[in-house]
Amino acid sequence: MNISLCINGQSRAFDAEPRTLLVHLLRDEAGLTGTHIACETSVCGACTVLLDGKAVKSCTVLAVQAEGSEITTIEGLAPGGKLHPLQEQFWEKHGLQCGYCTPGMILAAWQLLERRPDPSEEEIRHGIEGNLCRCTGYQHIVDAIQAAAAQMGGKR
Amino acid sequence: MIPAPFGYKRPGTLAEALALLREHGEDARLLSGGHSLLPLLKARLARPGVLIDIARIPGLSGITETAGGLRIGALTTHHEVEASPLVREACPLLAEAAGRIGDVQVRNRGTIGGSAAHADPASDYPAALLALEAALVASSPDGTRSIPAAGFFTGPYESALKPGEILTAVEVPSPPRGSGEAYLKAAQQASGFAVCGVAALVVPGPGGTIASARVGVTGVAAPAYRARKTEEALAGKPASPDALRRAAALAAEGVEPLDDFYASADFRRQLARVYAERALAEALRRAKG
Ligand SMILES: Cc1cc2nc3c(=O)[nH]c(=O)nc-3n(C[C@H](O)[C@H](O)[C@H](O)COP(=O)(O)OP(=O)(O)OC[C@H]3O[C@@H](n4cnc5c(N)ncnc54)[C@H](O)[C@@H]3O)c2cc1C
Ligand code: FES
Ligand code: FES
Repeated sequence: MNISLCINGQSRAFDAEPRTLLVHLLRDEAGLTGTHIACETSVCGACTVLLDGKAVKSCTVLAVQAEGSEITTIEGLAPGGKLHPLQEQFWEKHGLQCGYCTPGMILAAWQLLERRPDPSEEEIRHGIEGNLCRCTGYQHIVDAIQAAAAQMGGKR
Repeated sequence: MIPAPFGYKRPGTLAEALALLREHGEDARLLSGGHSLLPLLKARLARPGVLIDIARIPGLSGITETAGGLRIGALTTHHEVEASPLVREACPLLAEAAGRIGDVQVRNRGTIGGSAAHADPASDYPAALLALEAALVASSPDGTRSIPAAGFFTGPYESALKPGEILTAVEVPSPPRGSGEAYLKAAQQASGFAVCGVAALVVPGPGGTIASARVGVTGVAAPAYRARKTEEALAGKPASPDALRRAAALAAEGVEPLDDFYASADFRRQLARVYAERALAEALRRAKG
């Protein structure tokens, strides 16, 4: 099937089977390996991308379901290499160790800040409920999101 | 984890979707948000020949006010229900239940119609739909019918939907004036699904009494049910903590609780009692507030 997507602002066309998962299309066909695969069973959030501005687990979306949509992957958050405040603050506040969960964690955080520009600690923890991290114990991630919210001053 | 091959159709209208469903029969599965179906396909627990993707059919999503309450399109996502000012105002219980489903990403994709049709005994919506006395609207080539929630959930992963029918909307009547509502849930640690979810709606009566109460319970037994014994024990009684506790003690009366890896039947029975008491108390507090 022909599948057209706008990925990180660029229009791309693919030929893929209907059963192709969005995450596989992004990694294997579009070459965007910033989106990670971990559990493959919809629970860990490592594969999170933005689909028309909504955080989704791309291992649980068929590429054909996204036909005509805008996709933002972690690569798309840093156009021209300029880091997004969330990326800067994950760096500053040690919001990552191995980094496996980080792309998904940052896009889930992006969604949270879009809906709640000034979240409480509890709201942050609720907002990243769908993302597992085996390294950090979450506290530094929460700190990083809080710092990014402050840096962004209510803007995304 | 890659699904077995299947054909894919994306009808543009409800009539086209119904025709495709008729044409492909048993071999077809409807696809809405995919957050119950895709995991099944990936695990190859389901192997349909054709998926009929109805997610973009116009007119099947969104929330509107009707003469008697709210109409929620089947394709409305959990997030849209959770965030809707209309739902939060008219039936906060439903927004509360939607907000407790899975996580942000799941709520961005999953739909109320898909959840109801899937009829997972651990899903959240059934408790709320039962307590709100909602109706599920289904279309088939023969027309449209409205199925009360009380008769819709018939067993684990079983509903009153007939082959060839598509859920188009959920209709939620306005709750009685002055009532209070609450949804409380004990979630499975890993998946977030309900081991026990209780939706309570309390209508206060004169002189500190309870005029009536409705209690929907999910996760405890299959299908989700109304705790009628609890409801009967509260009608016309003083709204005292003691009365709530005694009534809530009946919340798993006459049902056969599920017994699995997550919780034994005894534990579920106990959860039903405790969560019924807490949900009733919270609903009453909100009614007064
Ligand atoms: C990680 C994870 C956690 C979750 N946690 C929870 C939770 O805590 N609580 C909870 O309640 N749910 C939970 N869910 C399930 C989630 O709510 C699903 O979105 C929902 O059950 C199904 O909705 P859907 O739109 O995704 O349906 P789909 O997966 O698209 O469809 C489900 C089934 O219903 C049929 N169907 C779909 N739409 C219609 C229709 N309009 N008419 C007739 N049949 C239809 C399909 O053919 C299919 O058989 C979770 C899911 C995941 C992946
Ligand atoms: S890889 Fe998609 S949720 Fe874990
Ligand atoms: S940093 Fe290693 S999993 Fe999160």
